[in-house]
Amino acid sequence: MFENIDWALVNWSRAQFALTAMFHWLFVPLTLGLSFIIAFMETIYVKTGDPEWKRITKFWMKLFGINFAIGVATGIILEFEFGTNWSNYSWFVGDIFGAPLAIEGIMAFFMESTFIAVMFFGWGKVSKRFHLTATWLTAVGANLSALWILVANAWMQNPVGMKFNPETARNEMHNFWDVLLSPSAVSKFLHTTTSGYVLAAVFVVGISSWFMLKKRHILFAKRSIVIAAIFGFVSSIMLIASGDGSARDVAKTQPMKFAAMESLYEGQTQAPLIAIGLFGKEHDDPMHRGSDQEFLMKIEIPNMLSYLAFLEVDAFVPGIKDLVLGNEQHNIMSYKEKILRGYEAQQTLRAFKDAKGVDELEYQRLKAKFDDEVWVENYFRYFGYGNYYDPNPEQLELNAFKIVPPISLSFYAFHIMVVLGGHFMLLFMVVLWLTYRKKLESNKVVLYTALWTIPLAYIASQSGWIVAEVGRQPWVIQDLMPTMTAVSKIDTSSVMITFWLFTITFVALAVAEVRIMVKQIKNGPKEGGHN
Amino acid sequence: MGVIKKIYHFYLDGFMTLSPWARTLWVIILVKLFIMFAVLRLFFFRDTLKNKYTNDEERANHVIEELISR
Repeated sequence: MFENIDWALVNWSRAQFALTAMFHWLFVPLTLGLSFIIAFMETIYVKTGDPEWKRITKFWMKLFGINFAIGVATGIILEFEFGTNWSNYSWFVGDIFGAPLAIEGIMAFFMESTFIAVMFFGWGKVSKRFHLTATWLTAVGANLSALWILVANAWMQNPVGMKFNPETARNEMHNFWDVLLSPSAVSKFLHTTTSGYVLAAVFVVGISSWFMLKKRHILFAKRSIVIAAIFGFVSSIMLIASGDGSARDVAKTQPMKFAAMESLYEGQTQAPLIAIGLFGKEHDDPMHRGSDQEFLMKIEIPNMLSYLAFLEVDAFVPGIKDLVLGNEQHNIMSYKEKILRGYEAQQTLRAFKDAKGVDELEYQRLKAKFDDEVWVENYFRYFGYGNYYDPNPEQLELNAFKIVPPISLSFYAFHIMVVLGGHFMLLFMVVLWLTYRKKLESNKVVLYTALWTIPLAYIASQSGWIVAEVGRQPWVIQDLMPTMTAVSKIDTSSVMITFWLFTITFVALAVAEVRIMVKQIKNGPKEGGHN
Repeated sequence: MGVIKKIYHFYLDGFMTLSPWARTLWVIILVKLFIMFAVLRLFFFRDTLKNKYTNDEERANHVIEELISR
């Protein structure tokens, strides 16, 4: 069945996309959150007129500028890759991906060339209020810019608001608002942006703690910590709430990802949540991937997974086995059945294509199927499963287990993200409490913890993306397009060459970022704009 | 005209008074953009479907084949 697939090409294309996306995502969350923190600081400066707040604002603005400059346009490489490495995917998604990306491009251009320029060049040249407005608009603009990318990504996780055109082989947007306001898009936007706010707050608290440890710029550090820790604490609450909504949405729209996140092999009612777990060995047997007997140790919270997924402790949470083999009692269709339905949809598309210009009556009959909502819901909805079809029934059963994402990676990434999220919230609480008690400066353990939490924030942030993107494998577009068909038939060696080119470029950029930033941090805050 | 002149001078003054670290950043940005658009885009990232096929019908047929034959 998979003899037409060049797995080396698929894997190198995936690796390259993951490398680019993860590198891009090193910069974005800090931009999203730090822009708001700066806006709050500048607001206090404009309200109070206290020059210390101006000094504080300018210092963090400088770090914002470094991060922005190194990270800017790294996302465009992803668009290059869409057209070259993922041309089948790009064609298939049609204007659904194109429209949000175009809006994002225009928005980013105007934001970057206007508001950021005022932020950096405008000190002393425009009024305080105008400058403050530009700072706020930069923050809002950066977040709105992220909205469109996240909407496009959410559509891939939960494709809604579109209709497939068999003539052009493209999905056409039927309802913009369904795409924009789907629960997946809303929860993805809220969860992703608030994770950026938390990361930025950790960054500010951590660096300010370093100043305290060095006994330099104490007032600056204290004030920065108060603003960032309050912002971080409030954002953490929003992060938990949006994460809760996101998990419920995943349980509903991507149950396999949800099962993989918790390594739930057998579905159950009153399902416990694994708070911490450690796998014993790799799950080599494709028929038993995710079996919970493989755990070396685990700590569970009773009933929590059922409640998290469906707000009912008695709710049934399907496991990997239920989803692959089906579960009649809980009305879960097997992957085998989905493969057969997807294959039927694919054969209909083939017959439609063959009938074009040959048999007008047949052509119209088949075209009508793609307009028939019931047929679309029962067959086209499983279109991508058709790629796993095999005429040999035994092989078909085996293929069904190939539609399971990497369990260990999804599980660990999810748990690292959640545990670290709890750590950040606790850190903000402790820092605020100690600041209130005027004991933070003397508490070296907390100050060092805050400093070393900075890399942890990046690990948590990247883990979040791993959960979202690895957990949905093998789908590029959930249920409609598997990764293997999304890839263009191009030379694997060219993908390998660009992969290493990117690696070298990205490492150089990351080193430049860290060196420039560390130097500016060591210089500390001073008057004089971006000097 | 006056407004455009003001905006022009605003940007010009901003760029003329850049501090050393900001100049370094601009050099990095320009080198990065050069690598991205003049090297990667031109030599490595051509639009696969646009290069292989002359019209949308051919592209659609190719993608349909890819979707159902793999």
